[in-house]
Amino acid sequence: MSGVLIAEMADKALKLRIPLNVQLDLTYRCNERCVHCYLDHHDHGEMTTAEIKDLLEQMAEAGVFYLTISGGEILMRRDFFEILEYARELTFCVKLKTNGILIRKKEADRIKALGVESVQISIYSHVPAVHDAITKLPGSLRQSIEAVRRLRAHGIHVVMANVLMTQNAHDYAGVRALAAELGAQFILDPTITPMMDGDRSILSLNVDENALREVFRNEALVGGNVEEFCAPPQGPDEDTLDMLPCSAGHTACYVSPYGDVYPCVQFPLPSGNVRRTKFLDIWRDSPQLEEVRSITLRDMPSCSKCAHGGTCTRCPGLAFLEGNMRGPSTQDCEKSFARTGIPSVNLASRKSAMAGLVQIQSAPAMATAASA
Amino acid sequence: MTGKLYVARSTAIAARSLGDETMVMSATDSTLFTLNEVATVIWKAADGLTPLEEIVANKICMEYDVAPEAAMKDAEDLVAKLAQHGLLLLSEQPIPRAKVVAA
Repeated sequence: MSGVLIAEMADKALKLRIPLNVQLDLTYRCNERCVHCYLDHHDHGEMTTAEIKDLLEQMAEAGVFYLTISGGEILMRRDFFEILEYARELTFCVKLKTNGILIRKKEADRIKALGVESVQISIYSHVPAVHDAITKLPGSLRQSIEAVRRLRAHGIHVVMANVLMTQNAHDYAGVRALAAELGAQFILDPTITPMMDGDRSILSLNVDENALREVFRNEALVGGNVEEFCAPPQGPDEDTLDMLPCSAGHTACYVSPYGDVYPCVQFPLPSGNVRRTKFLDIWRDSPQLEEVRSITLRDMPSCSKCAHGGTCTRCPGLAFLEGNMRGPSTQDCEKSFARTGIPSVNLASRKSAMAGLVQIQSAPAMATAASA
Repeated sequence: MTGKLYVARSTAIAARSLGDETMVMSATDSTLFTLNEVATVIWKAADGLTPLEEIVANKICMEYDVAPEAAMKDAEDLVAKLAQHGLLLLSEQPIPRAKVVAA
C-alpha cells in the first residue's frame, strides 16, 4: 500500500516540480577515516545552527518531505539534536545516516523521542579486524553494533549499510546474518564512488567482475528471480528513450555543509548556494538543474544505442564525474556486464580501442627484424 | 457525540502538502497516508483549539457544495480513522499545542 502511494507521490512531485527528497550533510568532519570515503574531513566553514534552521524552514516551504541528515558524522555537530528537533517540528520525515559510535543511551532515547523514520549505520564486515581496518578506528565495529542494539531496543528502524570493496568482498553474508540477528534491515552497495573533488584513486577499491557476478547471482540479495534479473537486455524502446535517468534534480537534491546545492550527493555539479540564494529559487531557476532535468535517455549518444539502455543502473552523477553527464558511467557498464555477460556499447568501444593499441605494440618492423 | 469535538495533529507524524493533497506518515510505524483536498482542509485546521463542527461549517460548507449534516458525518468518520492510526488526537476539551515528542 505504502509502496504504491510513494510512487504516486513521486509522480505528483515530478509533475509539480517539488523537491520531495533532500539529503543535507551537516558536516564532513568524522571520527572515522574510512579508506573508501569520498569526502575530506575538514571544516571549511559549515553552516551555523541559525543558517541550517533557516534552510530547513525554506525546504519545508518548498515541499521537501523526506529529509536525510548525513555527513561526515552527524553527531560531531554539537547542535545535532537542536537541528533534528527543529526538523521534526517542521514535520519532515527524517532519516539519519551515522556510524553510530557516538550514540549512547541518552542519544538513543532522544532519537526515539524525536520520531525519526530510520537510522542507517555503515557496517563493512562482521569481522572486527576487517571493519576496523576499513574505518581505521580500532573498536569501531563493536561500538557501531552497540549503537544498532540500543536503537533496536527502542524499536527504531535501523538499516545496516554494507559497502562492498576489495577488503570485504566476501563478508556480506556475515553482515547480512548479523543484521538479521539484530533485527535490522540489510542493504548492500557494490559501488565505490570517486571523491567529490574528482579524485578517482579510491576507485581501485571497487570489487572485480567475479565478485560482482557472485552478488548478482545471489537470490537472497537480488530479492527475486536471478534468471530474470541477469537476462540479456532487450534494448530501449521508444517509451524508454524518453525516460528520466533518476530523481536527481527532478524530485531530489543535495545540500552540503557549506550550503552548496547539487543534484545529488553523487552528482557534484554546483547548482547554487543557499547562503547567497533562496533554496526554492535555486531549485526552480538554477541553469545547472535545468540542464540536468532536460536530459532523457534519448539525449545520451552512447547509452541510447546500448542494449542495456532500458535496464542499466546508470548513475548520471558517476557519468558526470567521468567527464560527461550525457555519457555512460563505466562503473555501471561494468555492473551490467557482470549481471548479464553482455558488454555495453561503452565497454565494447573501449575494448576495440585497446585492441588498436595492442596492434601498434606488435609492429611489423619488429617482426621483420626478428625473422632476419 | 453530544459535546464539542476538538482535533489536533499528532506530533508523532511527518507531513507535507503536495499540491491540493497532503501526505502524512506515522512516525510510529512509517505507514503513509494521503489526504485528498477536503481532508487536507480539515487536517490543516486541526489546531486543537477549533471544534470540528466549526471547521466543517467555516472551511468545508463555505467552500464546497455539501449539506452540513453529510459534511459533519464525513468529517467525523475521517478524524476517527486518522485518530485510530495515531495521526490525530481527539478530545472534548481544547488540546494545547505540544512540542515534538513521540511515540
